[in-house]
Amino acid sequence: MSFNLQTSHMTVTIATSPPGPPLPGPVGAPLERLRAGRDFGPNVYSTIDVLWVLYDRILRVTPQRVDDPDRDRFLLSKGHAVAGFYAVLAAKGFLPDDWLDDQGGPDSRLGDHPDRLLVPGVEIGSGSLGHGLGLGVGTALGLRAQGRTTPRVYVLLGDAELDEGSNHEAIAYAGATGLANLTAVVLDNRSASHGWPGGAASRFTVNGWTAATVDGRDHDALHTALTGHDGHRPHVVVAIVTGGDQP
Amino acid sequence: MMREAFVDTATRFLDDPRTTIVLADISAAAFDPAAARYPDRVVNVGIREQLMIGVAGGLALTGQRPIVHSYAPFLVERAYEQIKLDLDHQGVGAVLVSVGASYDRAAAGRTHLSPADVSLIDTLHDWTVHVPGHPDEVPELLRRAVCGQGSAYLRLSTQANTRAQVGDGELVVVRDAGPGAALLVAVGPVLDAALAAVADRPVTVAYTHRPRPFDTVGLRALAGAEVILVEPYLAGTSARVVSEALTDRPHRLLTLGVGRADLRRYGSPEDHERWHGLDPDGLRRSLDAFLRSAG
Repeated sequence: MSFNLQTSHMTVTIATSPPGPPLPGPVGAPLERLRAGRDFGPNVYSTIDVLWVLYDRILRVTPQRVDDPDRDRFLLSKGHAVAGFYAVLAAKGFLPDDWLDDQGGPDSRLGDHPDRLLVPGVEIGSGSLGHGLGLGVGTALGLRAQGRTTPRVYVLLGDAELDEGSNHEAIAYAGATGLANLTAVVLDNRSASHGWPGGAASRFTVNGWTAATVDGRDHDALHTALTGHDGHRPHVVVAIVTGGDQP
Repeated sequence: MMREAFVDTATRFLDDPRTTIVLADISAAAFDPAAARYPDRVVNVGIREQLMIGVAGGLALTGQRPIVHSYAPFLVERAYEQIKLDLDHQGVGAVLVSVGASYDRAAAGRTHLSPADVSLIDTLHDWTVHVPGHPDEVPELLRRAVCGQGSAYLRLSTQANTRAQVGDGELVVVRDAGPGAALLVAVGPVLDAALAAVADRPVTVAYTHRPRPFDTVGLRALAGAEVILVEPYLAGTSARVVSEALTDRPHRLLTLGVGRADLRRYGSPEDHERWHGLDPDGLRRSLDAFLRSAG
């Protein structure tokens, strides 16, 4: 595996196995520092683009606003997709670069799954699959009860994570009650053991959600999809990234 | 009834804009008037207990104070991982209020029995557990739980003592048999049966409706060499805290409560009380044998 870092450009070209597309430029250096010579699975690379588009173009949150009640919330439900998450948070200044060393070590704040009490900007501790969407529904309800109409709640899940039945409790309820300030993002790297015939989005739309299914590496398509909510219903973006082999 | 006392009190707490009641159909009709007045803060998610706890965690993350309510087996056992992760691991708290304690719904069978609820909550850190023994104890205990920090479990039952006890959860002596007497600690609704059982025995009886945190200071002040615990949930649930509190003292401990076996019998709560030896006759047999076996 070899890397060709071109940090002066917007993108970093990587020659790797499996071959990966360009990384968003500012993410390359922190991801390399976090990687520290280890091999990352395709699931890490499959999630970075949507994470970057969210933090670079969508989410109204900054390192200075991590406690602002009117910030947008991003909940990483598939907590194992953490490498790209830490790299994006570092690139955006939520955590200092030297935290990226020795991930998972005895004195590290960065585990193989994120802990909200250890890392600024991390909204939920996750790792066990199927918890983020329920927490997201509760967060959306709390914001609504407080009359906060500006902030939006984004929850990132994997297509295999959708196997967990708890997600379907949340999907049905959010759709039935028109929870309009909630967006689910399903990173679909085709890793669900039994698949989702008809597409992951149909599980949401049958419950009254709006949906967009896009190429998970196309930043402009992701941006359009992630801003495609209609203000009356919850919205799901299914970001398809092929070549992944993990949830 | 405790459930009515809970509905009335919780509804009053909705005056505080932080209070949010989360339901999974159980008791939803009783909260209809509250829901009509506060539609954003009385949330019925349907028969979805995992979501119920997840929603409570999310609400708490935004600063709301959730009161979460269902039948004990569905509230505590079905969604245990959500309690562990969506509340505790996120560093947020909620007030969980159950009905259907132990064998309240005896005729419904095993699916609706939940003697293990307090044991499960006891695997978690820093929870307060309230077990009222009378409907009149419910409002103050709920107020303390909702106004407090952290997480609390309030275990309501159709079983109740004839009189309410006051107090903040510390052990209260309700029968004093004098120096050197064995100490019986009764938790919540088992007090009347315990008092009947010791009627002519040299046993001091103390009451608490707050088994967690257990009043270990009061226990050390009252306990001699023999301690009898009577709890309305799994026998031995509080043995750990009593043993720890008395580590430096030679003592004997008898723990009475609900057995672990699935009896596969229906009947009434009174039947189950008898089958588990928690009626006055059964308690007397156990404590007589315990006191006889001394030395």
